[in-house]
Amino acid sequence: MDDLLSEFLTETTESLDLVDVELVKFEQEPTNSGILDNIFRLVHTIKGTCGFLGLPRLEALAHSAETLMGKYREGAAPTSEGVSLILETIDRLKEILEQLEQEGAEPDGSDSDLIEQLDAMSQHVMDVMNGVEEDAPASEQPAAPVAEQEVERDIKPGEVSLDELEAAFLAAPGPDDDFSPEPSAVVTEEKPEDEVKAPEEAAKTPAPVMAAKMPEKKDEAKAKEGGAVKAQTIRVNVETLEQLMTMVSELVLTRNQLLEMVRRLDDSEFKVPLQRLSNVTAELQEGVMKTRMQPIGNAWQKLPRIIRDLSKDLDKKIDLQMIGAETELDRQVLEQIKDPLTHMVRNSADHGLETTEGRLAAGKSEVGKVTLSAYHEGGHIIIKIADDGQGLPTDKIKSKVIANGIATEAELEEMTENQIHKLIFHAGLSTAEKVTNVSGRGVGMDVVRTNIELIGGTVDLNSVAGEGTTFMIKIPLTLAIVSALIVESSGQRFAIPQLAVLELVKSNAKAEHRIEMINDSPVLRLRNKLLPVISMSKLLGNDKVINLSTIPKDDEADEEAEAAAVDQNVFVVVVQVGGQTFGIVVDAVFHTEEIVVKPMSSMLREITMFSGNTILGDGSVILIVDPNGIAQAVARDHAGQENNHVHAHESIEAISPEEKTALLVFRAGSSELKAVPLSLVTRLEEIKVEDIECSNNRDLVQYRGKLMPLIYIDDNLTHVEEGLQPILVFADENHSMGLVVDEIVDIVEDRLTIEISSEKTGIVGSAIIRGKATEVIDVGYYLPKAFDDWLEKRESFTNVNRELQLLLVDDSAFFRNLLSPLLSSAGYRVTMVESAKDALRLKDAGSQFDVIVSDIEMPEMDGITFAEHLKNDEKWGNTPIIALSSHTNQDVIERGRAAGFRDYVAKFDREGLIESIRECKVTTEKEAAA
Amino acid sequence: MSNNSSELNSLDGTSEYVTVHINEQLFGLPIEQVEDVFMPDAITEVPLSNPEVAGVLNLRGRIVTAIDMRKRLGLPPYDKDKVPMAVGIEYQQESYGLIIDRVGEVLRLGNRTFEKNPANLDVRWGSISAGVHRLDGQILVLLDVERILDINGEKSNAA
Repeated sequence: MDDLLSEFLTETTESLDLVDVELVKFEQEPTNSGILDNIFRLVHTIKGTCGFLGLPRLEALAHSAETLMGKYREGAAPTSEGVSLILETIDRLKEILEQLEQEGAEPDGSDSDLIEQLDAMSQHVMDVMNGVEEDAPASEQPAAPVAEQEVERDIKPGEVSLDELEAAFLAAPGPDDDFSPEPSAVVTEEKPEDEVKAPEEAAKTPAPVMAAKMPEKKDEAKAKEGGAVKAQTIRVNVETLEQLMTMVSELVLTRNQLLEMVRRLDDSEFKVPLQRLSNVTAELQEGVMKTRMQPIGNAWQKLPRIIRDLSKDLDKKIDLQMIGAETELDRQVLEQIKDPLTHMVRNSADHGLETTEGRLAAGKSEVGKVTLSAYHEGGHIIIKIADDGQGLPTDKIKSKVIANGIATEAELEEMTENQIHKLIFHAGLSTAEKVTNVSGRGVGMDVVRTNIELIGGTVDLNSVAGEGTTFMIKIPLTLAIVSALIVESSGQRFAIPQLAVLELVKSNAKAEHRIEMINDSPVLRLRNKLLPVISMSKLLGNDKVINLSTIPKDDEADEEAEAAAVDQNVFVVVVQVGGQTFGIVVDAVFHTEEIVVKPMSSMLREITMFSGNTILGDGSVILIVDPNGIAQAVARDHAGQENNHVHAHESIEAISPEEKTALLVFRAGSSELKAVPLSLVTRLEEIKVEDIECSNNRDLVQYRGKLMPLIYIDDNLTHVEEGLQPILVFADENHSMGLVVDEIVDIVEDRLTIEISSEKTGIVGSAIIRGKATEVIDVGYYLPKAFDDWLEKRESFTNVNRELQLLLVDDSAFFRNLLSPLLSSAGYRVTMVESAKDALRLKDAGSQFDVIVSDIEMPEMDGITFAEHLKNDEKWGNTPIIALSSHTNQDVIERGRAAGFRDYVAKFDREGLIESIRECKVTTEKEAAA
Repeated sequence: MSNNSSELNSLDGTSEYVTVHINEQLFGLPIEQVEDVFMPDAITEVPLSNPEVAGVLNLRGRIVTAIDMRKRLGLPPYDKDKVPMAVGIEYQQESYGLIIDRVGEVLRLGNRTFEKNPANLDVRWGSISAGVHRLDGQILVLLDVERILDINGEKSNAA
């Protein structure tokens, strides 16, 4: 018996057992379409497999049963006769399978009896359905006679008791059932009389065989060990393997500890046996790992045969190409992906490819090509099924979608072609006009999707009319064992999957492979090509604000650091993800190790940078870097060149820890680093020096149709003499100003704490940003330098009204210093206090304000409590209060609102704050007027 | 979220709690949710993770996600010289370790001493506490494991 057949037997027997169980469930819950779908798919699969194995009896039976179930699936009310009939068909299928297993060929005989019944039932059900559509009450009438003719005379539809059905179900002998021959004989003796009359009349043979002979046969089979099929493979619960794996890991750890201990004893009698233990452990480990891994080719074995048969059936010339069959994947994943793959390949050949005539007419080669390929990509396995056929018929999908009520025409209008194509993954949508034997019953693509999603994968498609369709399945590697490169960055070890790694390059400032900077982007010169590189520590959020060409250690002075950096080696791990190649800069590279990928805790799963974690031989846990996640970060790092990574961007944003502030770090006038909150900067520009004009002793540049003054950090400074001059543009609706800088160093996210405040004008103070002392500049100081009227204009406007009194409560001196010039420039008279307590003291002292702006996170009394205090206060109860915070999650905002805050503004949202204050004022005035 | 086990237990009279100390405050965890107590060793930090996640560690071949309870409660960080302890928790087939100062004893408490969270309890605390027990000389704050582990605030709206 060939492998294909034996595998088919094992599988089908299992499926049939499942169908039995599901059918009974379905009868109890006839409205549960999920169960029906499941049964339908199982039978569909059986039918399909029988078709290409050349088992006409099984195929015909399954086909008829499927047709009947299809009717139920379309909404016909299932009757117990119907279910019984299907159960009976299942029994027959099992019977044939048993003989098939014993004799290696389908037994002779006819199933026309059952098929006729099934077809008649389908016809009847359809009639009923049509009847229902025309005239609902009539539905009961036609049901009875047909049912009587076909199945039973004594019992009306719906009157069959559950016990009888149970009995009928039990009577169906499955290979794994182990009840004795007697009870089944008893049950089946009743059966022909009570329930299933028809088989007696039309086909005396099958039923009795089923009743009496089957158990015997089964025993025979067991006695003869005819189940050689079953002996070849043992199915082991993955959990058992998983447990085994864990225990082996434990064993390895213990062994390592022992080795370490013995190593210290010079001449130990333990040495030899321990060596032996060590070897056995290693072999055991390997063995256990192997049990889980299989090349994907195993799942492809059947395909050439399927394609060959299809090609005959459909009279098409098909060339199946399989690439990457050796790609290993976890056993469980492989099992799960097998059926969907078969489905998809079959679909591609059947629907994807045109007929030979069609191909010739389209000017294509006669032979249609279906390409199946598999490869690893960044912690995932990608399987592609591509055909060079006609592409998906968009219009047909559309009409089908509308007909099935999956989406409305209007909704379709909104969709892109690709989105419409993806609707084929929707349950119950099949575009094949003709229901063929091969595929096209509306199962298929939704089964594929469900199965793939079950193992945490995704399926995508891309179709070009006339050129073909490509399906891409992406399955995570979470269960797999991978070879990984262990690297170190910022004192922490990480594993990078070896599969993604192309090569390792050692680099230092003197070496041939030197990291150079293009503006802010580090690149590596490698074999006459520039390779974008990204620092691992920067990716992981603990980078220093320094370009990579120097990589100094934290606190050393610049020169010293630079000197050290010359000798400092870094390693660039060159990785490839999809079409993208880039380098990851790490501090050290250790060795490669086979690791068992364990999924990240669900709490940490949203960090796209890691695909999992693992326990190393020494017992420590390390994180596995996901090259895919890094690739996305690289793309993001390169300033939104690729918008399609927006999603990844968002997910990173969502998890960015605590209150970090985006800061623009630059140099101007001196070698010290300077910084300004990025949100204050409107734009970064590089202007041509020739464009700088001088008028009235001021440097100006034409910018967006207006003259924009250029301001220098220090009045003695001037712009560069030639080339491009980087400037930071600060603008509001009326004015803009360019701050001339020498060099834009980086944009960093860091916590901002002003350590030392400054006496120097124009500088708020110094802060440590990414380990470097950095001057934070006071934008408020430079704004009036650009336009003397920047403040005056506002004042003249506000003077008319009356200067508004504003109270700013914030514990951070930096923010107070930053906001106060901004607020005063907007025309408010600002009073600042550093705690809520101080503010309350002002209140008690009788001060009055028009608006209060308060930070949320403050020591002692936080903003929320502060607001609650004010809420019912007679003095300040009506004063609008605006929250200022770096936390902008909805929860906090809600709490803030509940506490009485009028509005919620993110720190540094300068425009937002001013707008909000203005609104508050307007509402308050209105309220006052009313 | 009234279906957490501690409240359910308190309906039938008494239930047992493992008490833990964090920053001199007494907390209680329902005993049936506590798997084991261990010394967190060799914690691997997870960059980019929520700061309340201390990291991951290997506990007898399982990878355990350690939660820094001091950070979770907005308390000052752990004293570097003192050895913290961890309470092992199994939640939705995943292993977690709550890092605390030290473990106390097992107490049987009835609903006689139970009270809802006082209205002025810190929001942070209130969000992960299932109520308090008035004990002699001190107050025990009941911790709600499910809400402690909801660090990313996915279910916070239900709270």
